[in-house]
Order: sequence, then structure tokens, then C-alpha cells
Amino acid sequence: MDVTVTPLPGLGTQQDFTTRSGHRVGVITYRDGRLELIVSDPQDPDKVAASVDLNTEETSALANLLGAPQLVAQLTEQQREVTGITTWQLPITPGSPYEGHALGDTEMRTRTSVSIVAVVRGGTAHPSPRPDFEFNGGDLLVVVGTVDGLRSASEILEKG
Amino acid sequence: MHNTAIALIELGAVFFGLGILGRVSWKIGISPIPLYLLGGLAFGRGGLLPLTGIEPFTQVASEIGVVLLLFLLGLEYSAGELVTGLRRSWPAGLVDIVLNATPGALVAWLLGWGPVGALAMAGVTYISSSGIVAKVLGDLGRLGNRETPVVLSMLVFEDLAMAVYLPILTALLAGVSFLGGLSAVGISLLAVTLVLIIALRFGRYVSALVDSPDPEVFLLRLLGAALLVAGIASQLQVSAAVGAFLLGIAISGSTATNATRMLEPLRDLFAAIFFVVFGLNTDPAAIPPVLLFALLLALATTVTKVATGWFAARRQGVRRMGRARAGAALVARGEFSIVIAGLAVSSGTIAGKLAALSTAYVLLMAIIGPVAARVVEPVARKMVQHREPPRSQAASS
Repeated sequence: MDVTVTPLPGLGTQQDFTTRSGHRVGVITYRDGRLELIVSDPQDPDKVAASVDLNTEETSALANLLGAPQLVAQLTEQQREVTGITTWQLPITPGSPYEGHALGDTEMRTRTSVSIVAVVRGGTAHPSPRPDFEFNGGDLLVVVGTVDGLRSASEILEKG
Repeated sequence: MHNTAIALIELGAVFFGLGILGRVSWKIGISPIPLYLLGGLAFGRGGLLPLTGIEPFTQVASEIGVVLLLFLLGLEYSAGELVTGLRRSWPAGLVDIVLNATPGALVAWLLGWGPVGALAMAGVTYISSSGIVAKVLGDLGRLGNRETPVVLSMLVFEDLAMAVYLPILTALLAGVSFLGGLSAVGISLLAVTLVLIIALRFGRYVSALVDSPDPEVFLLRLLGAALLVAGIASQLQVSAAVGAFLLGIAISGSTATNATRMLEPLRDLFAAIFFVVFGLNTDPAAIPPVLLFALLLALATTVTKVATGWFAARRQGVRRMGRARAGAALVARGEFSIVIAGLAVSSGTIAGKLAALSTAYVLLMAIIGPVAARVVEPVARKMVQHREPPRSQAASS
């Protein structure tokens, strides 16, 4: 992927790439920390058709939406040879009993023999989280296990 | 005491009036600068409502306004950005100087204002208003466009050119000999280079000198440093504005961001006073005789700026529509043209007509600029359609 980084003197930095469909998609990072998502006009690739201001929360939400499936896809790819094992992503929904609790509190391995291999938060993946890793609402857990184990894991995360 | 009361009432009325003007200006989508100038014209000698007794304050305040304008401009850029901007856009930057300084110089020469007058007027027509341009690009949502970095690099180049140009102008206005002028040029080039090196290498330490977690202390240190450096630069014949600009460049990182946030309201206040004072010192009666020249200059330099932007964007591989947008974005002139004209007029060696011409010119350009940036797309599309013959379906063998 060819990401172009362009400094915008006095404002910040622009990073974008061109998609196969011919759109230029990117992000402007302003000095004061604001982010702007930009998508180019299909008629005129030099021009921006849409620019959306995003605050920190919105940025991480978008990054989650985009980032987690990719991580899952990677893991699924790696485990293709291992039969009977699947990767799922399970959310810690705001209001989940484990929101604000440590990973160890779920006793996930003991109860379901499922492993939590990563936590995706704010667009960054935290690989191999330790038992003292504290969950926030909106975290996405990438979990590996048998289908049955994953089902019960999903239930545990929802209901405790 | 009685005089103080009058001065307070007058100042209050001026500020309040400016507040109303500023509100109106952003409502109709133009920069407030031309309205401030008009306000100054109205309250000045020969205006509708001549004010007296506020000069002691406004004189110093307008000087501070220039210092803060340039100081914040310097804060916006990091030294690294300046160096890359310079490296990337110097050919377009030179085209910019040739195309846009020439009309001003020519008109000044035609009006018989001598070489120094020509140099001052060249600066007035050369420099785009980075404030207006950045604001308009943001308002129109064009910051992500591919031609925008080109436009911004042009502004960077111009601001650096100012740092070299202002000391030369200051020296020549002070009536120094040719040798004195050369030494001023030498000093200013040396100062610019030195500051860039310091900012690139030791920017942290300069920032640490003024930085403070306590807002009050921070504000006082910033203002103190800016005025000190400006004053010393002024003593060295390098021009106060340039000193402040270079200090701004030397301050970097989070300190610069915080400083900008802290000083913006002050800058807006003092810069507004500066524009008003410039208007105050311009006799409205002097404008009609130069109005035709101002109109001609406005037309000519609109075309030359569009050509400059077109050229600069073409070098970066931007397509036609983008080139047209880049050109139109650069048209606006504003605060720095007035800064240059203010320097020229306050020196007393230049005809007062220069102030009238600059005022009329900036009034026109500060309005034409944002309008041009808005209407460029439909206009360009029409022109492109006219020029491109319909593609024939028959395959040519």
C-alpha cells in the first residue's frame, strides 16, 4: 500500500492513499490533535468530496470498525491449518459485567478453554493481554477456540 | 481626567464598532480586514467622525499588532516545514515574485514615487494574505485537496521572502546609503539563517525559555520575549516584525501550539487596532484619485496570482481544475500588504498617496480573493468546456 504523507505547513499532516476504485482516501492530522477523514471526488481526484471532522472517540470507533475484521482475518488465515479452531471477535459492550474489570476476572480459559489473543482498542491491537488487563466498554476481544467454547465465551461476556 | 474619559469612550466605541463589523464580515464570507480599514477611514482625518485623543494608545497598540501578527505567523511554522517548503517550491516562489511584485513596482514608478516607493508597492502586491487564504480553504473544505499543499508551500515561501524583504525595505526607508542597504540585507539573511539553524537544532531550549505551566506567567513571558526581540531587531535595522517572526519560528512543538492559543485573541485585538490606525492615517479624499490605479492593479494581480498558482500546482502534477483552484486561492491580499504600506508611510519618506493606493488595493483584494476562490470552479469548468472541442467518435487512422 502506497501511503503518501504530505506536510500541510502551519496546519498539520495529510496521509492518504489511492484505492483500486480510484478514490483517494486519507486522514488529515491537525496540530491540535483533531483528525479529519477525507475522501476524494471520483470526478476530480485532486478535490475532496467529503471531509469529516472526528474527535478522539469517533476516531477510535471508526478504527475499530475497520481494524478488528482485519486482525481476525489475519488470525483466521494463520489458523487455517489447525482444524476445529476458529477466531471470533467479541465486543465488551458498554454495560457488560466485565467493563472496568480485569481480564483475569472472566476466568475465560478455565470456563471455556478459549484464549483471548488480543484486545483491539482505539484502533490499536494489544496483543497477548495479561490477566491484569482492564477492559473498557467498546473494546473488541479477539478470541481463539472451538466453536462451542466461543459461544459460551460470548455468553459470559454478555451476562457474566 | 476629563481627557481620559473621552479617550475611553472613543476607544470603547471603536472596539464595539469593530466587533459589529467583524460579525458582518464573516456573515457575508469576507475577511474583516477591509471593514476595519473602512472603519479607520470613517473615524480618521477627513472621515465621517474624526476621533481625537486616542493616538498615544493606538500608536503603540498598532505597533504591537504588527509584532503579534508576525509572531503568530512564525509560530505556525516549524523550521523543518520552512526548509522543506523552500526546497520544494522555490521555482514557483520565484515566478510568484516576478509576476506579482512587478505590477506594483510599475504602478509606483508610473506615479513617480521613486525606487523605494516602487519597492514598497512591489511588496504590497506580491504578498498573499496567509490568514485569509487559510481561512477560505478551511471554510470551503479544500484542506484535503491535492493542490492545497502547493498553496500552503507558496504561502510559506512568501513569508520567508518577507523576512528577507522587510529588513531591506526598512533600511532603504530609513534613507541609508547603498552600502548600508547591503549590510542590512546581509544582517537579515544572516539572522534568518541563524534562526533557522537554531530552531532546527535547539528549538527545544528556546521553547523551554518561554514555556510555563502557569498561563499568566506564560503569557507575560511570550509577550515580553516577542516585544524584546522585536525591539532589538528594530534597533539593528532588521525591522521589528521580522524579529518577531523569527522568534516565532524558533519556538516549536507544543509550546508553539499553546502560545498560539494564548495569543490569538490578543493578536486579533491589536491587529484590528493596527488596521484601524492605518485607516485613520489615510485621508479618504486621497483615495478617488488613485482608485483607477487600484482597480488596474487589482485586475492585473488577480490574473498574475492565478497564473502563479496554476504554475505551482502544475509542477506538482495537479490537474487543470486543481491548478485553477490553487491560483484562485492565492489571490487574496490583506494584513501583510498593509504592514508593508504602514512601514512605508510611517517612515515619512514616501508619498502619502501610497497609503491611499494600498488601502484601496487591499480593500479590493481582500474581497476579490475569497470570492475568486469560491467562484473559480464553475468559471473554470465553463472555460474548459469552451476550450475543449467535443471528442469526435470517428477513429483517426
